[in-house]
Amino acid sequence: MNKYEPTERGYWGEYGGRFVPETLVAPLDELTIAFVAARDDQSFWDEYNSLLKNYCGRPTPLTLAARLGESLGPARIYLKREDLNHTGAHKINNCIGQILLARRMGKKRVIAETGAGQHGVATATVCALFGIECVVYMGTEDMRRQELNVFRMRLLGADVRGVDSGSCTLKDAINEALRDWVTNVDTTYYLLGSALGPHPYPLMVREFQSIIGRETRSQILEAEDRLPDILMACVGGGSNAIGLFHEFLCDDIRMIGVEAGGRGSNLGDHAARFMTGGAVGVLQGTKSYLLQDGNGQVASTHSVSAGLDYASIGPEHAFLHDENRVEYVSVSDDEALGAFQLLARTEGIIPALESSHAIAHVVKVAPDLNKDSIVVINLSGRGDKDVHTVAEILENVHE
Amino acid sequence: MFMSRIAERFQRLAADGRKGFIPFVTAGDPSLETSLEIVLKLADLGADVIELGVPFSDPMADGPTIQRSSQRALCNHVTLADVLKLARRFRAARTTPLVLFSYLNPLLSYGFEKLCRDAAATGIDGILITDAVDDEAEEFSRMLETEGLDLISLIAPTTSDERLERIAKSSRGFLYAVSRAGVTGAQQNVSSDASKLVERARKFTGLPIAVGFGISTAEQISGVWRFADAAVVGSAIVKVIEDSVDNDPVEVVNEFVSGLVPQFAKSGIEL
Repeated sequence: MNKYEPTERGYWGEYGGRFVPETLVAPLDELTIAFVAARDDQSFWDEYNSLLKNYCGRPTPLTLAARLGESLGPARIYLKREDLNHTGAHKINNCIGQILLARRMGKKRVIAETGAGQHGVATATVCALFGIECVVYMGTEDMRRQELNVFRMRLLGADVRGVDSGSCTLKDAINEALRDWVTNVDTTYYLLGSALGPHPYPLMVREFQSIIGRETRSQILEAEDRLPDILMACVGGGSNAIGLFHEFLCDDIRMIGVEAGGRGSNLGDHAARFMTGGAVGVLQGTKSYLLQDGNGQVASTHSVSAGLDYASIGPEHAFLHDENRVEYVSVSDDEALGAFQLLARTEGIIPALESSHAIAHVVKVAPDLNKDSIVVINLSGRGDKDVHTVAEILENVHE
Repeated sequence: MFMSRIAERFQRLAADGRKGFIPFVTAGDPSLETSLEIVLKLADLGADVIELGVPFSDPMADGPTIQRSSQRALCNHVTLADVLKLARRFRAARTTPLVLFSYLNPLLSYGFEKLCRDAAATGIDGILITDAVDDEAEEFSRMLETEGLDLISLIAPTTSDERLERIAKSSRGFLYAVSRAGVTGAQQNVSSDASKLVERARKFTGLPIAVGFGISTAEQISGVWRFADAAVVGSAIVKVIEDSVDNDPVEVVNEFVSGLVPQFAKSGIEL
C-alpha cells in the first residue's frame, strides 16, 4: 500500500468518494464487493489475461517512432500501441474486466455511456461476445461527430440512444446512463468507461487499464535496458493516462497528462480542468476538478476530440496534480490536428484525435530534450473514426 | 428544547391526526417573481412544508420534467443567492417550513458553511442534498446543525437496514422516502416498495416519513397517507407550471393543487 492507493471509501486525498442518489448506493456497494472479490481471485485474472491475449491481441507493441523522433529532435520516442487493440483503442481493456465482473454478478443487461464512441464500441463488442443485452447512451453532438462508431455499435447489436440534453456530449450521456441505472438497478450493470464516477469505478477502471503500464515497463526494459524519462498521455476522464502512469508512480519518471486546450482559454472553449474555470467540485458521483461557473453550474466544454470533451477529470488525476506527481498541460485543437497529420506522415500511423494531443505536446517539448532521453507516448487509439472530422476541418482551411 | 419549524409542523399534524402535503417547485421557473407567488399560494393552500428546488445544470436524479424546469430557471440566470432572496421574501410573509432541495455542487460553490448561515438567516428550515447521503453528508450535517437547520435525508427501497439506521440517526426534521428505484417524475401507480420501505424505516426512527417520487394524483396521495406521514408532489406541479404558458401559472397551480388535496385546504383529511 502506498499513498497512491485510495482509501476504503474511494478517496485519493480529498478527491473521489461516492456522491450519488441514495438508490445507487446499494448497487455500488454490491459492485465494490464483487470487484474486491474478483481482484483477489486468480481465476478472474486468468480469464481476463486470456481474453486480452487471445481476443484483443495483447500485448500491444511498443514501437520506436524513429522518423517522428528524427523530425522533432534528439530524444528517442516510443509509442505504446493501444491503437492496435481489438476495436482500436485502450477502452477494451476495461470492458473485458468489467464484463467478466457483470457476468459474475449475474447481470443480464449492460448500459454504457460513450463520448468518442470508442468505449461504446468496446462495450458493444464484449456484450456481443458474451451475449448480453447492451444499451449505449451517446450525446447527439457526439453521434454526429462519430457517425462511424455509431454504425459500428449498431452492427454489434447495441441499442444506441441519442441524448439531446445539455451540451449533447459525454457528460450528458453519463447523466442519462445514471438515470437508466437508478431505474433498473436490479437487472443492470453500468459499464462506466473512464476512471471517473463514484467509487469503485475510478479504482476499478484503473486496475483494468494498468496492464498498459505493466507491459510498457517490461517492453522498455527489453528495448533500452532502462526505464523511460518521460511518459505522456492525453487526459479526458483519464483512463488511458492512469493506465500508463500507475505502474510508474513510485519510479523517478516525469509524467505529463495532456488536456484538451480546444480553441482558447475562455471557459467554454476548452476542456482543460486545470486551466481557467477549473475548481474543485462534485459531478456525477465524484469530487474532483471541475469546469464550472461562479455559481457551481457545470460549464460547457469544447474540444475537437469528443473523447476529451468532458468537464471533470478522474479523482486520482486531481490528487496527482495536487501532489505535483504528474504535470498537466494542454494543447489546442490546431496543435492536435497538426500532430494527427505529422504522425500519419512520419510513421504511417493515423492516431485518434485524443491521442494526437499527447503527440502534440511531445512536438512542443522535444527540442528541449537531450539525445539520451526516452519518451513513451500512450497512443491510446487509432484515428479511423476521426478521418471524416479531420477531412471536414482541413477542407474548410483550404477553401 | 429547540424545536425546528419542520418538527413543530409534524408534531401539530400528528396531534390533529392529520397527514402532511409537501409540494416541490423549482425556484426561478418560470421566473423568480412567479415562483414567489406560487409558493405563497401553496402556503395559503395549506402546504405543510415547501421544497424549493435549486436549479442545477446536471440533475442526474431527475426525470425530464424537472430537468426542463431546471434548465428554464438556469436560462433565467437563477443562482443560489437568488433562491435565498426568494426564501427571505417568502419568510417575511408566511410561516410554512421551507426546505432547500439541491444537488451538492451549487452548495459547495457558494460555500457550505456560508450557505448554512445565510439559509438560517433567510428563514430556511432544512436542506436536502440529492447526491450526498450518510457518510458523504457527515460534515454537512454538523454545519447544518450548528445553524439549527435540519438535514433532510433521502432513503430508497435499495437502502439496507444498517444504512437506514445510520441515516435516521443523522437526520432531522423528516425522512424523505423515495417511492421506487428511479428518477423523479409522474407514474401510474405508487410502487408497493414505498410502504415496505416506510415500514422498515419505522423500526429505526421516530422521525416523520414523507414519501415522494412519482406522486401526481389525489388517489396516490391518500394511498401514501395510509402508511406515511406526508406525501411529496414535485414533477406533477412542475409540469402544470410548464404547461401554463398562456395562463397564469399561479392560478393553474391553485386549481391543480386544490384538486389534489380537496379536503386538506379546509381541515385536513381524517384517516
